Amino acid sequence: MCLGVPMKVISIENDTATCEIDGVERLASLMMVDGIEVGDFVLIHAGFAIERIDRDDAEETLTALRSALEKGLVPE
Amino acid sequence: MNLSQAFRDPELARGLISSIKQVVADYSGQMTLMEVCGTHTMAIYQHGIRALLPEQVRLISGPGCPVCVTPVGYVDHAIALARKSEVIITTFGDMVRVPGSSSSLLREQARGATVKVVYSPLDALAIAAKNPEKRVIFLGVGFETTTPTIAGAILQASLKGIDNFLVLTSHKTIPEPMAVLTSNPELQVDGYLCPAHVSAIIGADAYLPLAEQHRVPCVVTGFEPIDVLRGTLMLARQLVRGECRVENEYSRVVRPEGNQKARELLYKIFEPCDASWRGIGVIPGSGLRIREAFARFDAARQLDVEVEEPVEHQGCLCGEILKGKVRPHDCPLFRTVCTPEDPVGACMVSSEGTCAAEYKYGG
Repeated sequence: MCLGVPMKVISIENDTATCEIDGVERLASLMMVDGIEVGDFVLIHAGFAIERIDRDDAEETLTALRSALEKGLVPE
Repeated sequence: MNLSQAFRDPELARGLISSIKQVVADYSGQMTLMEVCGTHTMAIYQHGIRALLPEQVRLISGPGCPVCVTPVGYVDHAIALARKSEVIITTFGDMVRVPGSSSSLLREQARGATVKVVYSPLDALAIAAKNPEKRVIFLGVGFETTTPTIAGAILQASLKGIDNFLVLTSHKTIPEPMAVLTSNPELQVDGYLCPAHVSAIIGADAYLPLAEQHRVPCVVTGFEPIDVLRGTLMLARQLVRGECRVENEYSRVVRPEGNQKARELLYKIFEPCDASWRGIGVIPGSGLRIREAFARFDAARQLDVEVEEPVEHQGCLCGEILKGKVRPHDCPLFRTVCTPEDPVGACMVSSEGTCAAEYKYGG
């Protein structure tokens, strides 16, 4: 039930964002998150954006993981 | 880059599996790790992760499927309300098929009750606004991820004066049952894969008491296969080193302090209460009920109905499965009389129930 869908914000009107993933658009309430801008990625659950997704953090994680595994190390 | 795909990369998965094997190679005995959340259970089955792990690492499913832990008396209450002619029941999909003591919402719908499946509590609110002569009841089931969305709908109803919108609540919080399961000597949980999206709201720091007082390692873990394998690796490493810390594998979404704005919304409308969990019993302070100031939106306080005496189904082991004590194959009803088409227990109904996942993906 706690499934969340990562979506990109494509427009914002008042406290509601139009979000998109793979060509599917959904309206989401921004009642629970501050400072969201067009182009941000958010996690959508039951019609609400519940958190911002930090893409830089995700890419750092993946880079560190790949780099450790390529060197034959156990990643931190 | 599509993040979901990146966190499903088979090459990274292979590397993580060999890292886990390397870390536990000299570990004598077995480590039992509990994935608390139903969405983890589904991901672990769907990607066949159990079969990829070394024999020292055992994953067990916990009580994190909200539909599964909802007591049968709640379903009976919803059914009694559905039988009133002025009522429209609105709910997330899984609840309609959960067997009550003698009926289900799906059966009541066939008998003429109005039951509508919605994607968001805001959709239920829109139905209420369109049907002012009806009482539109949303079935408020879920953990800290979902409860703020229902708080948001109640707040909107209050601001817009939509007084025919009601919620029948059975909301629960996650850290309390984890503490109860940890204290159960029959269980022996060595580490927790903590829920991804509950933690987005409550924050990774919410597990500090579990790690520090109960001495159980906790790793907040995302729902993609790379996340689950990384979370397992982090727990294995803590156990090999004898550590008990909270780590955050899912830092692209979860902050140590969580989402304070969502929690403010949640606690504006709800307050803690004791709650009954299927299989575990009553856990003090593990539920959320609507505050007195918003009592006009509380279906239990506003509508008087007679609810039948709850009857648990004979032979169903849902309760033991939810505590991680037994596996679906240990239940005599599994795959025989209890199937996804005709479920006996809630663990077979919800797509994220352990029995449904085992039925669909298990060997």
